Amino acid sequence: MTAEALRHARYVVTENPVTLVAFTLFTLLVTAALFGPLLVPYDPLATNTLVALQPPSWDHWFGTDHLGRDVFSRVVVAARLDLAIAVSAVALSFVVGSVIGSIAGYYGGWADRIISRLVDTVMAFPLFVLAMGIVAAMGNTVENVVYATAIINLPFYARMARAEVNVRRNAGWVAAARLSGNSGARVLACHLFPNVLPPMMVQVSLNLGWAILNAAGLSFIGLGVTPPTPEWGIMVAEGANYIVSGQWWLALFPGLALMLAVFTFNLMGDGLRDLIDPQRRT
Amino acid sequence: MARLIMILRRFGQALPTLVGIIVVTFLLTRALPGDPAAYFAGAAADAESIEEVRVMLGLDRSLPEQFWIYLGDLAQGDLGMSISTGQPVLTEILTRLPASLELTLTGLLIAVVIALPLGILAATRPGSWVDHLCRLIVTAGVSLPIFFTGLFLVYIFYYLAGWAPSPLGRLDIFFLPPPHVTGFYTIDALLAGDVETFQAALAQLALPALTLAIFALAPLARMTRASMLQVLSSDFVRTARANGLPPGQVLSTYAFPNALLPILTTLGMVFSFLLGANVLVEKVFAWPGIGSFAIEALIVSDYAAVQGFVLAMALLFVGLNLAIDIAYTVIDPRVSLDA
Amino acid sequence: MTSVPLLTIDELSVAFKTRKGTVQALHGVSFTLEKGEIIGLVGESGSGKSVTAYNVLGLLGPAARVTGGRIGFGGMTMTTARESALREIRGREISMIFQNPRGALNPIRPVGRQIEDVLREHSDLPRHKLKGAAIDMLHQVRINEPERRYAAYPFELSGGMCQRVMIAMALACEPALLIADEPTTGLDVTTQKAIMDLLVELARARHMATLLITHDLGIAAQYCDRIMVMEKGRLVEGGATADLFRAPRHPYTRKLIAATPRPDSTLADLIASTGTPARPAAEAPATAVAPNAVEPLLEVTDLVKEYPLAEKTKASGLGPLQRWFGRTPQTAGKDEPGQPPAGVFRAVDGVSFTVMPGESVGLVGESGCGKSTTSSMVARLLDPTSGAIRFDGQDIAAVPAGRFARSPLRAGIQMVFQDPTDSLNPRHTAFAAIAEPIRRLATPGDGPALTRRIEALADRVGLPRELLSRFPHQLSGGQKARVGIARAIAVDPKLLILDEPTSALDVSVQAVVLELLDGLRRELGMSYLFVSHDLNVVRLLCHRVLVMHRGRIVESGPAERLLTSPDHPYTKALIDAVPHFVPDGDPAAPTPEAAALKLAGE
Repeated sequence: MTAEALRHARYVVTENPVTLVAFTLFTLLVTAALFGPLLVPYDPLATNTLVALQPPSWDHWFGTDHLGRDVFSRVVVAARLDLAIAVSAVALSFVVGSVIGSIAGYYGGWADRIISRLVDTVMAFPLFVLAMGIVAAMGNTVENVVYATAIINLPFYARMARAEVNVRRNAGWVAAARLSGNSGARVLACHLFPNVLPPMMVQVSLNLGWAILNAAGLSFIGLGVTPPTPEWGIMVAEGANYIVSGQWWLALFPGLALMLAVFTFNLMGDGLRDLIDPQRRT
Repeated sequence: MARLIMILRRFGQALPTLVGIIVVTFLLTRALPGDPAAYFAGAAADAESIEEVRVMLGLDRSLPEQFWIYLGDLAQGDLGMSISTGQPVLTEILTRLPASLELTLTGLLIAVVIALPLGILAATRPGSWVDHLCRLIVTAGVSLPIFFTGLFLVYIFYYLAGWAPSPLGRLDIFFLPPPHVTGFYTIDALLAGDVETFQAALAQLALPALTLAIFALAPLARMTRASMLQVLSSDFVRTARANGLPPGQVLSTYAFPNALLPILTTLGMVFSFLLGANVLVEKVFAWPGIGSFAIEALIVSDYAAVQGFVLAMALLFVGLNLAIDIAYTVIDPRVSLDA
Repeated sequence: MTSVPLLTIDELSVAFKTRKGTVQALHGVSFTLEKGEIIGLVGESGSGKSVTAYNVLGLLGPAARVTGGRIGFGGMTMTTARESALREIRGREISMIFQNPRGALNPIRPVGRQIEDVLREHSDLPRHKLKGAAIDMLHQVRINEPERRYAAYPFELSGGMCQRVMIAMALACEPALLIADEPTTGLDVTTQKAIMDLLVELARARHMATLLITHDLGIAAQYCDRIMVMEKGRLVEGGATADLFRAPRHPYTRKLIAATPRPDSTLADLIASTGTPARPAAEAPATAVAPNAVEPLLEVTDLVKEYPLAEKTKASGLGPLQRWFGRTPQTAGKDEPGQPPAGVFRAVDGVSFTVMPGESVGLVGESGCGKSTTSSMVARLLDPTSGAIRFDGQDIAAVPAGRFARSPLRAGIQMVFQDPTDSLNPRHTAFAAIAEPIRRLATPGDGPALTRRIEALADRVGLPRELLSRFPHQLSGGQKARVGIARAIAVDPKLLILDEPTSALDVSVQAVVLELLDGLRRELGMSYLFVSHDLNVVRLLCHRVLVMHRGRIVESGPAERLLTSPDHPYTKALIDAVPHFVPDGDPAAPTPEAAALKLAGE
C-alpha cells in the first residue's frame, strides 16, 4: 500500500509540477505561522513615525505603514493568526459536519430530515452575511469569528458526507459488512467513514482557502481582530485609505499574502484530488 | 398545467425555509451576549431608557411570546428603528436596495456573459489555449480576496491610468441623480433620456461591477467547463454524433441544456457569495447600498439595522433560489417525478 | 453478393494513448460484410470488439489512433475521411445503437424530437412532415400509441422501449449498415428476445447489413449469419454460424463455446477447456444428490414487503424500470383479494418456500420481480412487512434487521454478491475482507492462527495466497469473486445466498466460479439459495427452482422437470427467451410461444 501510494504520489507530482509548487508554498506558510516572530527583522507592533509611509527598500522589503511599522514583519507574523482562525474553523466544521452528515446519509428517516432541514436553513442565508450577523450578535471577538466561519462551513461538510455515505450505503461491501456481524454504527464508523474520508479531505483543503478569505473579509469590515494586531484583512483595510494617494505597498503585500495562502490551499486541494482519484479532475 | 402546479408547489416548499430564516434572525438578536436591551438602546443610553427599550421590545416576556410579537411586527413591515440614522430600518433598506441590486446584478451579468462561453470553449477544445486561459482564470479568480481586487482596480484605473472616476459612490457630485423609476441610475438615466448622467453612472458602476464579476467568474467558468466536459462524454452525445448531427446542434440541443442544470445550481451559490462580497465591495467603493449601511450599523452596534439587513439578504437569496428552481422545472422534465 | 463488399476492414490496427503509455487495442483485424448480411462480433471484455465497431464510424476519441490498415465503406475510406464527410455517412448510411439505451438518449428532450433531429439532418422531408415520419418510425418499432410516446421523455419509458426508440432513430434514414453494440445487455431475457427479434426482422425486411457486437454466444448463434470471434485485439476465427459451432478450429473459440451454459450442458462440460482440472464431484450431474432430510433448514411463509410508492425505488435499490412498471396501468396488477393498500407497492407479495439442509434452490426471475428483495429479507438485511422466516427452527424474522448482526444465528446465513467489485471494501485487503466475519462472528484466535485459517480458506476457493495482501483494485474479476466466496464461507454458514454471483463475470470465468461453488456445497454440506436471471446457470447448480414474477412465485419444481416441461406460461416465455444454440445443428427453431411473443409490442 505505502510503496504504491508513494509511487502514485511521485507520479502525480511529476505529471503535474504545480502540485509540487503547492506543497512547497504550503511548507513556507506553515514555517511563517510557526516561527514567524523569530524570523522577522522588526517588531511588528513597533511604531516609528520617522519612517512612516516609506516605499519598499533594502531596509524595509515591503515598505512601512502610516505608523512606520515594517510591513514585511507584520505580513509574516500575521500568518499565524490567519491560519489559526481558518484551521480551527475548518476543523470544527469538518468534525461536526461529517458526523451529522454521515448519520443523516446512513440512517435516513427522521435523523436525515432534521439534519437536512437545519443545514438547508443555514444555506438559505448568504453565507458571509450570516457570518456578519453571527459575529455581531455573539460579540466582536476572534473566537466568535472562528465559530461564525465554522457555522457557515458546516453545510458543505454535512451535505458532502451525507451524499458520499448515501451513494455507498447500498453497496455490496456494506451489506457484506453487516453480514459479517457489524452493527449499524460500526459499519458507519469502521467501513463507510474511511471510504468517505478522501473526498472530504479534498474539500477540507479547498475550504481552508475559503475560510481564510471569509475571516479576512470579516476583519476588513472591522469584525473580529482589532488593530494593532497584525492580520492580513485589517492590514489591507488600513492600506485601503492610502491606495488613492499612491501608497500601494500597504495594501498590496498583505493582500498578496492572503492570495498566496488561498491559492496554495486551492492548488493543494486539486493536487489531493488527483492523488485520490485522477478521474474526477476537472 | 402540471408544470404550473409544480411551480406553485415550489413556492410552498420555500415556506419552511422562510420560517427557518425568521427563526434564525430572531434568535440572532436574542443570542446577544449580556443584555440585548442595552444593545438595542445604544451606547449612550442610561438605565431608564434601557428599561424602556426592554419593555418596548418585549424583552421582559417569554421567548415564544417575543417570537410571536416579532412575527407580528414583521407582518406589518416593522423592522424596528435604526439608531444610527433615526429612520425605520425598512425605509433605509428599501431606499438603499436598488443601489446594491444594480451593482450585484451588473456584476453577475458580466460574469455570466464571460464565464459561459469561456467554459464551453474550454470544454470543447481541451488542451487548447482557451482551456489553459480558463484554468488560469479559475485558479487565480478563486484565490483573489475581493476587497483586494477592488483596491487594485482602483489603483490601476484611477490612480495610475486616470480612466475611472474617483471611487466614491454611485454618481459624481456634479451630477444629480436621475428621476426615480427603477432606482437603477443607469436605467433611470436612459429612461429620462439623459445620456451624460447615464455615462457618469456607468463610469462609477464599471469598477465595482467588474470587481464582483471577477469574483463570480471563477466558480461559474469552472462549473461550466466541468459540466460540459461531463455531458460531452455522455452516451447521448455519442448517440447524437453517431447519428451525424452537426456539431452546432449537438452542442446547442444535446450538450448545453443538460450541462445547464449543474450550472444553475452553481449560479445560486455564486449569488449567495455575491451578496456577501457586495458588502466588501460597497465598502471599498463607498457605494451607498445596504452593505455600507450594515457596516455602519455594525460599528455603532445598531442591532435592529443589522438584523433587518440579514433578513433582507436572506429573503433576496430565497427569491433567487425560487427563480432557479422554477428554471430547473422548466428545463428538466424529470424534476416533476422527484418532487 | 459476390461483388464489392459493403464494408471492408483490412488489417486494422488501433492504439490508445493512456497514462501508462500506448496500448495496442487492435492487431491487424480483417473481415468483410456483405449487403444485407448479419454478422456477430463476439468476444469477452477487452477483446477489442467495440473498438473495431466504433472505428467504423470514427467515433473513438482523440486518444485513439489508427496505426495501420483501413476501413472501406462503399467506395470510401473511412479511416482517412474528413470529419465532415463522416458526418454525412453517420445516421444516413451507417447507424449505430448502443448498450444502456436509456443513457444513450438525451434525457431532457422528447424521444420523438430526437428522431426528428436525425430526419431533419439526413432526409429531404419538408419540415411539416418530420413529425409524421417520426411517429411512423415509432410505429414500425412496435411502440404502442406512437402519437403519445412521441412526446415522452426517456425516463418515462422502460429500457426495452428506449432501445426501440434507439432503433427507430437508427433506421429512420434507411441506412445500409447498422452497428449494434451489445444492444440487449442489461435488459431482461424476454425483453432481449423481443428487441433482437424486432431488430433482425427489420434488418431482413430492409436488406440492411448488421454488425452485432455481443459477448453472448447464444445471441450471436441465434441471430447471425456469420460469426467473428475476437480475443485480445485479434480476430481468431470467423465463419458461417453453423460451421463455427460444428467445428470450431481455434482453441479460444472452443473454450468460449464450451464455457457458455446450454440447456443440456453439465458443469464438467463448462470447464472442460478452461484448463482447470475438474473436481471429481463435478463429473456427476448436480441433480444426482437429492437431499433426504426431514426438517427444512429454511422455511419462508407468506413473506410480504411493501414500499410506499414514492419511495420504493429509493428504498429497494431497484432500477427505474421497476418504477415504470409499478406505475403503468397495464402492469399494475390484477384485481385480486389481498390487494395492498393504496399508495403502496408490493415488491414481494406472499412468498412461501423451503430449503432443505444440503439442498440448492434456485430463485429465478427478471429484474424487479422481487427476487433480490426476497433474498435480502432472508439474509436479514431487510425487514419484511409481514410473514415468517424460520431458520434452523427459529423465527428469525422476529429479530429486526438492525439487531440481527449480534444474533448467534448471523453466522448461519451468509451471502455472495452480484458484483465482485462492488462487494469488496476498496480500502480493505483481501485478507482483511475474509478475516472480517471471523473477527466479528467467531473466535479469531491469535494472529498466526487467524492467518492459517484464512490461508486455508484461500486454498479452498483457489485464491493464490500471495494475493491475500492485495487490495480489490489489484485483483481480477474472478479473483475478487473468490475473495467474496471465501468471506462468505469463512464462518461455516449453513445457508449461503448467492445473489447473481456470476452475472458480472466473463463466461470463461463464470464456468470456473460455478464449478467452485458446486464443489464447495458438496464438501461443506451447505444449502444454497441461488438468485439468478439465467435459467441455464441455475439448472447447473440447483435441485429445485422457484420462478418469481411480479412479487410472487408462479411455479416451482425440480430443476430438470421445470426447465424441460414448464407449466406456467411465464416460465415458458422465460425459457423460450433464453438465447441458445445447439453445437452440432441449426439454431433452435422458435416455439409457438416465442413466435407469439415476437409480434408483441411495448
